Amino acid sequence: MSFAPLLLEIKNLHVHYAVYGGRLKVLDGVDFHMRTGEKVGLVGETGCGKTTMMKAILRVLPMPPAQIPQGEIYFNGRDIRKMSGNDLQRVRGRGISMIFQDPTAALNPVFSVGEQLGAVIQYSAERGKALSHQEIHQRAIAALQEVALADPERLLRSYPSQLSGGMRQRVCIGMALATHPQLLIADEPGTSLDVTIQDQVLRLLRTLVAEKDTSVILITHSLGIVREMTDRVYVMYAGDIVEVAVTPNLFANPLHPYTQGLISTVPRLTGGGIASGIPGRIPNYLTPPTGCRFHPRCPHVMDICRAEKPPAYRVDDDHEVACFLYRTENRV
Amino acid sequence: MSLLNFLVRRIIYSVFVLLGLSIVIFLIARVMPGDPARMAVGARAPQWVVDRLREQMHLNQPLVVQYGYWLSDAVRGDFGLSLITQRPVTTDIKEFLPASLELVFFSGLLSAVGGIGLGIVSARYKDTWIDNVVRVFSYFGIVTPSFVFAILFILLFGFTLNWLPIIGRVHEQTAVPPLVTGAITVDALLAGQFGTFFDALRHLLLPAISLAMGSIAQEARITRSSMADNLSKDYIASARALGIPERVVMGRFLLKPSLIPTVSILGLDIASTLSVAFLVELIFNWPGLARYGMNAMLHKDLNAISAVILVLGAAFVTVNIIVDIIVAQLDPRIRLSATRSA
Ligand SMILES: Nc1ncnc2c1ncn2[C@@H]1O[C@H](COP(=O)(O)OP(=O)(O)OP(=O)(O)O)[C@@H](O)[C@H]1O
Ligand code: SF4
Ligand SMILES: [Mg+2]
Repeated sequence: MSFAPLLLEIKNLHVHYAVYGGRLKVLDGVDFHMRTGEKVGLVGETGCGKTTMMKAILRVLPMPPAQIPQGEIYFNGRDIRKMSGNDLQRVRGRGISMIFQDPTAALNPVFSVGEQLGAVIQYSAERGKALSHQEIHQRAIAALQEVALADPERLLRSYPSQLSGGMRQRVCIGMALATHPQLLIADEPGTSLDVTIQDQVLRLLRTLVAEKDTSVILITHSLGIVREMTDRVYVMYAGDIVEVAVTPNLFANPLHPYTQGLISTVPRLTGGGIASGIPGRIPNYLTPPTGCRFHPRCPHVMDICRAEKPPAYRVDDDHEVACFLYRTENRV
Repeated sequence: MSLLNFLVRRIIYSVFVLLGLSIVIFLIARVMPGDPARMAVGARAPQWVVDRLREQMHLNQPLVVQYGYWLSDAVRGDFGLSLITQRPVTTDIKEFLPASLELVFFSGLLSAVGGIGLGIVSARYKDTWIDNVVRVFSYFGIVTPSFVFAILFILLFGFTLNWLPIIGRVHEQTAVPPLVTGAITVDALLAGQFGTFFDALRHLLLPAISLAMGSIAQEARITRSSMADNLSKDYIASARALGIPERVVMGRFLLKPSLIPTVSILGLDIASTLSVAFLVELIFNWPGLARYGMNAMLHKDLNAISAVILVLGAAFVTVNIIVDIIVAQLDPRIRLSATRSA
C-alpha cells in the first residue's frame, strides 16, 4: 500500500470564513496525504471543518465568505490551487468527485435528474470525445441502475422534489460515480436518512467502491463505519488533524485524548455518537483557544498546551499524533 | 395536461377576482354624489325626463338588481355613453387600448431584456466597478418616477441630440397601415409596410424606455441578488465539483433558478405600468387608455371610469396568468404541486 504513488497531499491548509464581527479561523494548518487505492476515513464532531476541507480540495468553497490564506493541495503532484480553469475542470469529475453531505441541497431543484446527470456525463467524457444524446442517455440509465434505482427511465424525467430522501442520496452517489473518478469523496453519506436506509446506502457504496477500486475519502460520524470501510483514519478536532493511524491501530491504541474519548464511547454499527464521550463543546472559531485547541476540554492539559500548538509526533509507522503528551517521540 | 389544468384553475380564479372588482366599481359609481340620470341629461332638462331615464336605467330598483343589469350590460361590452366623447365607451376603449397595450408590451420587453441582462452582468462581475455602476443605476432607477425619465429623455434625445421623435405614434406623413389589431407596429408588419414599422418603433422607443426604467432597475437588482444568493448553494458547488464547466454552471444551472423571483416581480411591474402609464402617455401625446382614463376621472365620467378600471383589471389578471405560466415552466415544484392538488 505505502508504495503506491501519492494521490492527494495537503500541506498547511488554512481556511477562514469572513463573517460579521471577524474571521472564523476554521482550518488551522491541516496536513493530509493519501496514496492511490487507499480508503481513508475522516472523523470528528460536527463543525470541526470536514466539509470545509473537502470543498477546499475541489475549490468549491463559497468565496466570499471563505478565504484560503495559505496552503497547498497536490493532486497527482500538481497544486490544485494554482491550476487554470481548464486544468481544474479536468481534475473535477474525472479526477476527484464528491458526494455532498445533504443530497437535497446538492440537487438543483429546477432541473430534472436526467438533465443534471446528463450534464455530468457529457462533460466528464474523455477529452475530445463528444457523446451523442443516445450515449448520454444510456450511460445515465446505467448510472442509475448501478445505484440500484428502479425504473430509471422515469427517474430521469423526475425532479428532485418528487424523490424520497433515499432516492436522492442514491442519485447523488450515481452522479459522483458516473464520472469514474480516481478519488471519490463521500461526505457523510446517508446521515440525513433513517438508519435502515442509511445502512443500505453505505453497503451499496462499499460494494461499488470495492468493484471499481476507487480511492476514497469517507467522512462520517460513525466509528463503526470507519472500522468497516477504511484503511486509515484521520481524526479532526476544531480544524486541526489531531491523530492519524491505520484503522486497526487507531481502535486498538488511540493516543490523542480526544480520540480516546471518542473510542471509549462504544459505537454501534451505524450511528454512534461522536462527542458524547467528552465533556464540553467545540470552541468558537472567532477566538479559538491558544495553543492546543483541545486544551479547554482535555483531562491531561499541561502549561505548554495553552502556550504552544502541538506539532505532529510519529509514535509508530503510520501512527501520528498532535499532542504534547508524546513530546519524546519523533517530530514529523 | 398538467399545464392545462393549471391554466383552467387560474382562469376560474381570475373570473372571481374580476367579479369582485366589478362589485367594487359598481358600488363606487353608485355612491358617488349626484344622480346619474341627471348627469346624463344635463342640468337644464325637465324633471320628467330625468324620471323617465331613472326608470330606464333601473335606478329605482334595489341595488342588487341594478348590479345585475349593470353586469349583464358590461359582459356584453355595453358600458353606456362617455360623457366626454359622447360615444359608446366601448368604442373609445377599442380605439385607445391597443396603443396602450403596444406601449406596455414593448416596455415590458425592454424591462425583461434590459433588467435580466444587467442583472447577469452585475452578478458576473460582482464587486467590480461594473457591478457598482449597475447598482448605482438601480438605486436611481427605482426611486425616480417614470415621468422624470420621460422629460429627461425628451430633452436629451429629442431636443438636444434630435435622434428620436417625441410626439405621437408615427410621423404625420407616414402611411398608417389598415387597422387590424390597432397596434401600429403589428399592423404595419401585417401589411408589409416596413417603413411604417420602423417609424412606429422609433416613436415607441422613448416612451417605452421611460416607462421601463423603474422595472429594468428593479429586475437588475433582483436578478443580481438571487444569482449571488444561489451561487453559494450546494447544488452549484456540486455541479462544479462534478466537472461541469463554469460557463454551463453559470448560464444554465445558476441562471434558471435565479430567474424565478425576477419573472414574478417582472409580472407585477408590467401590470402596474398599465396604470402608471398615464403621465408618460400625456407627455408623449400617446393616445392610450391610461390617458383616456385619467381624463375620465377628472371629468367624473363614470361610465368611462368603470370600463377603464375593469379593462385594466382584466389586463392585470391576464398578465398575472401569463407570469404564472412562465414561472411554472421555470420551476417544476410549482408545476408539480399544481397537478398534485388538482
Ligand atoms: N459559508 C460559511 N460561512 C460561515 N461559516 C461557515 C460556512 N461554512 C461553514 N462554516 C463554519 O465552519 C465550521 C466548519 O464547518 P464544516 O461544515 O466544515 O463542518 P463539518 O465538520 O463538515 O460539520 P458536520 O459534521 O456538521 O458536517 C463551522 O463552525 C461552520 O459554522
Ligand atoms: S496537547 Fe495538551 S491539551 Fe492538547 S490534547 Fe495533548 S495534552 Fe491535551
Ligand atoms: Mg460537513
